[in-house]
Amino acid sequence: MIEIVNVLLLAFMAIVALAVAVMRSLFAALMVSGFFSLLSAGMFLLLDAVDVAFTEAAVGAGIATILGMGTLVLTKTDTAKPGPISPWPILIVVLTGGVLIYGTLDMPRYGDPQAPVHQHVAPRYIRDSAEEVGVPNMVTAVLASYRGYDTLGETAVIFAAGVSVLILLAARRRDEEEPA
Amino acid sequence: MSHHIVLRVISKIFIPMILLFALYVQFHGDFGPGGGFQAGVIFAAAFVLHTLIFGAKATALAIPSHLARALMAVGLLLYLGTGFAALVRGGNFLDYNVLASAPIVGQHYGILLVELGVGVTVAAVMITVFFAFTGRR
Repeated sequence: MIEIVNVLLLAFMAIVALAVAVMRSLFAALMVSGFFSLLSAGMFLLLDAVDVAFTEAAVGAGIATILGMGTLVLTKTDTAKPGPISPWPILIVVLTGGVLIYGTLDMPRYGDPQAPVHQHVAPRYIRDSAEEVGVPNMVTAVLASYRGYDTLGETAVIFAAGVSVLILLAARRRDEEEPA
Repeated sequence: MSHHIVLRVISKIFIPMILLFALYVQFHGDFGPGGGFQAGVIFAAAFVLHTLIFGAKATALAIPSHLARALMAVGLLLYLGTGFAALVRGGNFLDYNVLASAPIVGQHYGILLVELGVGVTVAAVMITVFFAFTGRR
């Protein structure tokens, strides 16, 4: 049953991604890419990553789509007519894709408990986090306590991104106001 | 959007529920799925919805843009402050064990505080970026 859902979701995602690539109207492409985010939120749900699914649904399907609409208001809503098609980009894309897929052949199978990533510090987190940290959600224990430095860095990155957007957009606005 | 009565009524019902759900995800993150990042984006989504339906002016009454800007830094400072508090109490940076009399209690306080810091920063950055775009129209 779950396989059918997986296959259907992945097929939908592929169709939607192709549709975005073909579309000329940026508004329609934006709406469809929001739908793509919703589908990937469903995919995360199937992978038991409920928290990632929340984030994808709220940011990918919600806020990012609306920010895209805000951008469209400021710019044009259609892509430029494509020029003569050159074979080089597709060749490079196919080649890179082929190399990446070849690279995955060396990787451990999905969910393999013997994979190196599950043998390093994970056993200790699973064994000791209930005693050392005492929160039932192990993800939170790793994220906020064992890997507190990483999360601090991530928060700083988000803060820096917010400041950068403010600097870019607010500075441009002041320039526009001056001549008026 | 003053003529979309269905959208207005439905979002009036939904926005408090979205905010409540964000708070649940924030403070229940150590028991269920969730945490600061997730709660922050859900919290911000409620303000984005409010702006879409009721306009930027109405939302600015609920959260002025300078307050959102200040909260961006407050969240990060709360996180850093928790780290330094551990340092002051004789532990390592971000070592929550020393924050309370028992290590487990200290861990609880530490996780609660840093997750709150993450949530505040994420929500404030999302709202600020959204305001920066809507403000340019």
